[in-house]
Amino acid sequence: MRMRYIELAVGGFMILAIVALVLMAFRVSGLAMNTSGETYTIKARFENLGGLTERAKVSMAGVTIGKVTKIYLDPEWYAAVVEMEIDKSMSTLSIDTSASILTAGLLGEKYIGLSVGAEADYMADGDWVQDTQSAIVLEELISRFMFSKAEES
Amino acid sequence: MINRIAAIGRYGTASIQSIGRAGQLLLNSLLWGGPGSAGFSDLIKQIYSVGVRSLSIIVVAGFFVGMVLALQGYNILVKFGSVSALGTMVSLTLLRELGPVMAALLFAGRAGSALTAEIGLMKATEQLSAMEMMGVDPLKRVVTPRLWAGIISVPLLALLFSTVGIWGGAFVSVDLLGLYDGAYWGNMQNTVIFYDDVIQGLIKASVFGLVVTWIAVYQGYDSVPTSEGIGKATTQTVVISSLAVLGLDFVLTAVMLGSI
Repeated sequence: MRMRYIELAVGGFMILAIVALVLMAFRVSGLAMNTSGETYTIKARFENLGGLTERAKVSMAGVTIGKVTKIYLDPEWYAAVVEMEIDKSMSTLSIDTSASILTAGLLGEKYIGLSVGAEADYMADGDWVQDTQSAIVLEELISRFMFSKAEES
Repeated sequence: MINRIAAIGRYGTASIQSIGRAGQLLLNSLLWGGPGSAGFSDLIKQIYSVGVRSLSIIVVAGFFVGMVLALQGYNILVKFGSVSALGTMVSLTLLRELGPVMAALLFAGRAGSALTAEIGLMKATEQLSAMEMMGVDPLKRVVTPRLWAGIISVPLLALLFSTVGIWGGAFVSVDLLGLYDGAYWGNMQNTVIFYDDVIQGLIKASVFGLVVTWIAVYQGYDSVPTSEGIGKATTQTVVISSLAVLGLDFVLTAVMLGSI
């Protein structure tokens, strides 16, 4: 009877550790499964992502309303396509909403900021954001500034 | 004067002798088999007494360590506007360092000392000599299952420590400090690499498990069989194995990062 209890306890311990390992694999080291609630997807084309990654947040007026789910290159346009999941509670995005890639702080992570449009129609699942603005690449800005300075002198 | 120098020499040879005995003990007890060798059920029993019964202290300690890591990290990172790196910081610190090291240190205090006292008492009550009289090798019968229980238990405990710690960090940073949970988990998932960080932490923890149990069983096996001797051996176990874990941690980290 006592041996049975010990075996049960050791078995439980092992199972607990395996669960922890699975959590480590999926939740911590990134083979993550989708855990959020109801969402819908919109897409946007950007010329340059400048370090935007999957799972980056999508925000509007500073409030997070979704996340980037997929990034790939459009072979026809030679532009990056970003798919983002937006929370169902924010289903009232007008169709002329614009998207731009912003940086949190000067050197922080990249995220997508949406700005409201004026149209009365709302975006549906799978719609494209027409008006996009690429990431500001700091190196490009600096080099442009340096060249213009060099030309002046 | 001569006597003092001789005493230093005796102390030196005695310590080297004791290292030699410890090596012999490990060599003779690491493999299973031999007359009267312990069975699989002994291993289960030992995993229960060193692993399962250390679970509560590991889980509670892990949760608090994770919480305090997140709290300290938040207050430092918020000054640089990079709070989003908090999840990465907490998880990598726990997986690479604190998980294996803290689990091994707690294991040394909780289970290592108990192992020393148990084996020391077996020696004092001449149970070990009685086994030899019956033709049973006490190393195979008593030491082997304990050694393997330590090697198996510590990585599992370290894994649970890190897991609970990461969730403790999430509790503080997301629920209490109001960090966006996508930043906590997302940046963590972007930076933590399963084979590098998780598996290397587990390898580290297995080595610590071996070292801590080895020191514990050796101290018990080699103790002076009196109540005072057992007490001294128990203290020695905790002191030596804690230092060994911390020192070995540096060596293992240097090897794994490959930077030295």
